[in-house]
Amino acid sequence: MSDTLRDAASPAPLEAAMEDDVLVRVDNLVKHFPVRGGGIIRRTVGQVQAVDGVSLVVRRGQTLGLVGETGSGKSTLARCVAGLIPVTSGKVTFEGRDITNLSRRAMRPFRREIQMIFQDPYGSLNPRRRVGAIIGDPFAVHKTASGAARKKAVQELMERVGLNPEHFNRFPAEFSGGQRQRIGVARALALRPKLIICDEPVSALDVSIQAQVLNLLADLQSDFGLSYLFIAHDLEVVRHVSNNVSVMYLGRIAESGPKNQVYDTARHPYTVALLSAAPAADPDAAAQRRRIILTGDVPSPINPPSGCRFHPRCPKAQELCSQQEPALEVKPGDPAMHQTACHFPVQAGETLARVAGRERR
Amino acid sequence: MSVTSLEFQAHAAEAAPEEAIEGRSQWKLTWRRLLRDKMAIASIAVILVMVVLAIAAPLFVSLTGHGPEQAFTNSGTTSSGAPVPPGTHGFFLGTDYIGRDLMIRTLYGARISLFVGILTTAIATVAGVAVGLVAGYFGGWVDTVLARFIDTALAFPLIVLALALAAILGPSLAIVIAVISFFSWAGISRIVRGQTLSIKEKEYIEAARSLGAGPWRIMFIDILPNLLGPVLVLATLYIPTAVVFEATLSFLGLGIPPPTPSWGNILGEAQNYYSVAWWYVVFPAAALLVTTLAFNLLGDGIRDAMDPRTERIFAAGRKRRKNKPKAATEPGALPTLTVSELGE
Repeated sequence: MSDTLRDAASPAPLEAAMEDDVLVRVDNLVKHFPVRGGGIIRRTVGQVQAVDGVSLVVRRGQTLGLVGETGSGKSTLARCVAGLIPVTSGKVTFEGRDITNLSRRAMRPFRREIQMIFQDPYGSLNPRRRVGAIIGDPFAVHKTASGAARKKAVQELMERVGLNPEHFNRFPAEFSGGQRQRIGVARALALRPKLIICDEPVSALDVSIQAQVLNLLADLQSDFGLSYLFIAHDLEVVRHVSNNVSVMYLGRIAESGPKNQVYDTARHPYTVALLSAAPAADPDAAAQRRRIILTGDVPSPINPPSGCRFHPRCPKAQELCSQQEPALEVKPGDPAMHQTACHFPVQAGETLARVAGRERR
Repeated sequence: MSVTSLEFQAHAAEAAPEEAIEGRSQWKLTWRRLLRDKMAIASIAVILVMVVLAIAAPLFVSLTGHGPEQAFTNSGTTSSGAPVPPGTHGFFLGTDYIGRDLMIRTLYGARISLFVGILTTAIATVAGVAVGLVAGYFGGWVDTVLARFIDTALAFPLIVLALALAAILGPSLAIVIAVISFFSWAGISRIVRGQTLSIKEKEYIEAARSLGAGPWRIMFIDILPNLLGPVLVLATLYIPTAVVFEATLSFLGLGIPPPTPSWGNILGEAQNYYSVAWWYVVFPAAALLVTTLAFNLLGDGIRDAMDPRTERIFAAGRKRRKNKPKAATEPGALPTLTVSELGE
């Protein structure tokens, strides 16, 4: 299993030429959380396999979108890359330097390069601190500016993200959700990082505000040459912002590749199902499309299914799927960047929508 | 869904000129609510009067010419040796059993009581917050060790410890302060630890960590401001407890050693004389009662002001009672919505 995954992660000939472009490389990353029993000894009775062998690459100035349902391990992966939680195994490299499980002190210089925007605009800002102090925190922690210089830098940042710079003395409670998320963006931007990990940055906002924040992120990307690792469960949002997309299912990458490849010629049945489930704004189109209704719930990551993790819910599953884990590899007919982890990839024109009579369960 | 077509309009709206730029902090809001609470204002006034009287005690000594430990065996006692009642021979609140001025002694007792109450609460708060923060934030074996320590301190038989210490070292002010501080920090620690455990899971703590902030910066800059509210309430309620504790120890002869006056040891002496000299008990006891009551009511007031939800529940109840007689709809008013003859 690990051999095939390592093969998938090693640079293909085409990628080797673009190696200079790579900002972050995640290699076969594994994060398991121990599950402890309730007894006195509290021995470990299991492992939540939140992320189980994920490899991905974020290129300079580009956005990698990461989609998947709740519980697929997206946020855990983000926190591993950001160095917020220790990694069980695998490797994270930033500009060619290994930053896996560095101590806090050793990680410090990388903190300036890797920043994070959080999902909850309410929970991610300290309610007892003024906005100026929150946005000025990066300068205070890294001792890059103080006093009047810090205040000036904070006000410039506030202006840049579309906040009134006069409001630096206010508290987070005095701002709306969208404005709060701008505060979070300003804080992440303060140290001029190279990578910003956006953990569902617009999921908690309403749609019109989402657009504003997404446009702001796009503007900042072109102005500062930022790279984004953009996590979301909204497929349309990811399509809008990403250059490349990876689809996660239960701690593994199901499919990854350039945005248009993944969206227009999805290979993995899970990707196809996800795309078919996305709401369409056009009622005619919505009436015509055929949705693939996945049966059952996402299995527990404590005891994931054998073989392909998607097989219990997959309309194309066969005997092989429960026995052998499919490698993430380029399927025949696909460009080199488009990789799929499936034994029986969906072919063009194939329909997966189940007719009532063909229900397997 | 086309996201690009939506223009970036937020800035224009947010940049509208505004009067107040300074945000109102939680403390300002709390203070404003506190000022509307008559009971809390009265408590603050009583406490301030007590503090001023305690500070000005030497002034009263020079005015009356009676020292706190000075016994007036001629003018201060009756011919049979009993205390004189209030108002005789210039003793406004009477005298005690050896003819000392009870007013001066009660004022000096206030100095001791307030000093012990505030100092021990300050020590207990600093120690309690420090231990609770460290235990809650670091968790693991640090938490296990400190939590056991907290439990031990809470389970300790306080009178027995005070008795033992007073017996070995002799009663003194330092021992009183040490004993009260030792028994007060654990309660604060336990609250702070619990709060820290919940706050450290918040996303803004994760945000601070992602910036590279160290544990001490996170504890004191990010977590501590969120704890100050409950800690302030707790500290205000610990002061009267400490005052009563000091009085109890002194009453039992384990606290402030005579002849230094403290409300506790005055009351202790007064036990034998209350049938002939009511003032001997009433005035120091009233001082103790008023002081502790004021601190307790102030603590309650601060708690109400901190948490406006509780205030609102009561306010809503009052409003509802007031508005009850009003009819829901006035007769003759036009209906909001009428539907009739709904057909196919």
